[in-house]
Amino acid sequence: MKLPKSIEEIRSDFPILSSKVYGKPLVYLDNGATTQKPVHVLSVMEELYRSANANVHRGVHYLSDMVSDRYEGARETVRSFINAPKKEEIIFTAGTTASVNAVAFSFGEKYVHEGDEIVISGMEHHANIVPWQMLCERKGARLKVIPFSDEGVLDLEAFSRLLTERTRIVAVTHVSNVLGTVNPVKEIVAEAHRHGIPVLVDGAQAVQHGIVDVTDIGCDFYVFSGHKVYGPNGIGVLYGRESLLDEMPPYQGGGDMVANVTFEKTTYQGLPFKFEAGTTNFTGAIGMAAALDYLTALGREAVAAREQMLLVKATEGLTSLDSVRIYGTAPNKVSVASFLIGETHPYDAGMILDKMGIAVRTGTHCAQPVMKRYGISGNIRASIAFYNTGEEIDALISGVRKVIPMLA
Amino acid sequence: MTVNEIQEQIIEEFSVFSDWMERYEYLIDMGKDLPPFDEKHRKPDYLIEGCQSKVWLYPSLTDGIVNYTADSDALITRGIVALLVRVFSGRTPDEILDADIYFIDRIGLKENLSPTRSNGLLAMMKQIRLYALAYKTKSEMS
Repeated sequence: MKLPKSIEEIRSDFPILSSKVYGKPLVYLDNGATTQKPVHVLSVMEELYRSANANVHRGVHYLSDMVSDRYEGARETVRSFINAPKKEEIIFTAGTTASVNAVAFSFGEKYVHEGDEIVISGMEHHANIVPWQMLCERKGARLKVIPFSDEGVLDLEAFSRLLTERTRIVAVTHVSNVLGTVNPVKEIVAEAHRHGIPVLVDGAQAVQHGIVDVTDIGCDFYVFSGHKVYGPNGIGVLYGRESLLDEMPPYQGGGDMVANVTFEKTTYQGLPFKFEAGTTNFTGAIGMAAALDYLTALGREAVAAREQMLLVKATEGLTSLDSVRIYGTAPNKVSVASFLIGETHPYDAGMILDKMGIAVRTGTHCAQPVMKRYGISGNIRASIAFYNTGEEIDALISGVRKVIPMLA
Repeated sequence: MTVNEIQEQIIEEFSVFSDWMERYEYLIDMGKDLPPFDEKHRKPDYLIEGCQSKVWLYPSLTDGIVNYTADSDALITRGIVALLVRVFSGRTPDEILDADIYFIDRIGLKENLSPTRSNGLLAMMKQIRLYALAYKTKSEMS
């Protein structure tokens, strides 16, 4: 469970972490929004453009073959990282949002009809709410929402009661981006499967913390983004169970996803290409795979243990300050400390912390229903990655301590 | 004072601060000194909703002079709101429409008026001018 390198060595893998902002050392605690990229990822992508750039799956020539192999290699890396049964079950998309939309369109088109129901949780990011809402509007279906406690724990009894013979799919987040709660997705999947209902798990805030095994979870769809796992932007993953993906219609038409095209009738490729229309973001996929390799080399358990240590330190430090309230105190949580200072506005604190070099996120974190649940308009979120240090957590706490009298 | 004289005055006030904390403290104080916003105007018609903070802006016209009262739910935003009210309130529509606002940039608060910040301030600037334009159009028609 020990990292194979010192924290100084790890931080030197991420050049941006040694930047100064407003003349002060950057304290980057907005990892839930996006993570920084190790040089390993940057150099893989640069080298790819320099020496192996050609379109995938299209050429008879050397470069095209080489990059196609690497693209398929990236697919295998992802499969192995999340422990999916088959490589064909890994679809590359533009990100978590694109993956959820893909399922909402494709699965929704085939299986969701008027009067049907879709179950989501009350702690979803907008990306796992709005696509389902849009589907409901198209089809005349209904959205049902699993409530959660003040601590940020889903009410599983309420969840069981929400499942009916009209429920077509359950979509829940693995880890809440606001509360940090790690939801019991394995239990949720088991319960839904008892009713024969498939489950999509939003892993955007989970994969980077090393806690994902889709075979163990048993979910039918699992989605995440490259940029939150130390990889590039504009790439993401949709894992889907082969038997379901096979039955689902393509949701985008174009090149590479077709077998035969005539003006009368087009037939489609098999998995995964049926869902990858057009030139894919192969540099992104290969870059993301490099990021997953980096995490694997560090050791996922060691990464998780270090993040947990830093989260405990941040939570203890923040709660020791009189006027600070933490949102999300579930027994099983990762990375995220969301808080408010007395009655003050989160934007004020965020702006002042920014000038101290401390990057946090303020606002609703694209999860307005969570804010509504607590009767607040937003909060301040510090989100931790393994490359953060104890000194940086101390800087956050002392920054917040300085902010308190300014806003009083 | 002209618009530019007030802008120069604000720039000078901020020039004494050596660091950001002082600048923000001054802004927060200025926000606190903003005259109270009439609660009957705190309604959707006068609300400019940003993703980060909210701004309320209420215009009125007396003898050809436009007055603005405003408020925000965030203290630093309210401080900037107070500066904008100080610059724009008590002027003719033409003065408002002709004003070239540069002080925000000069006192280092430019990022607060960027479209990505979404704190209501950029929209407030637009709204100040729109109200002035509406008053001007109305007076020209009558």
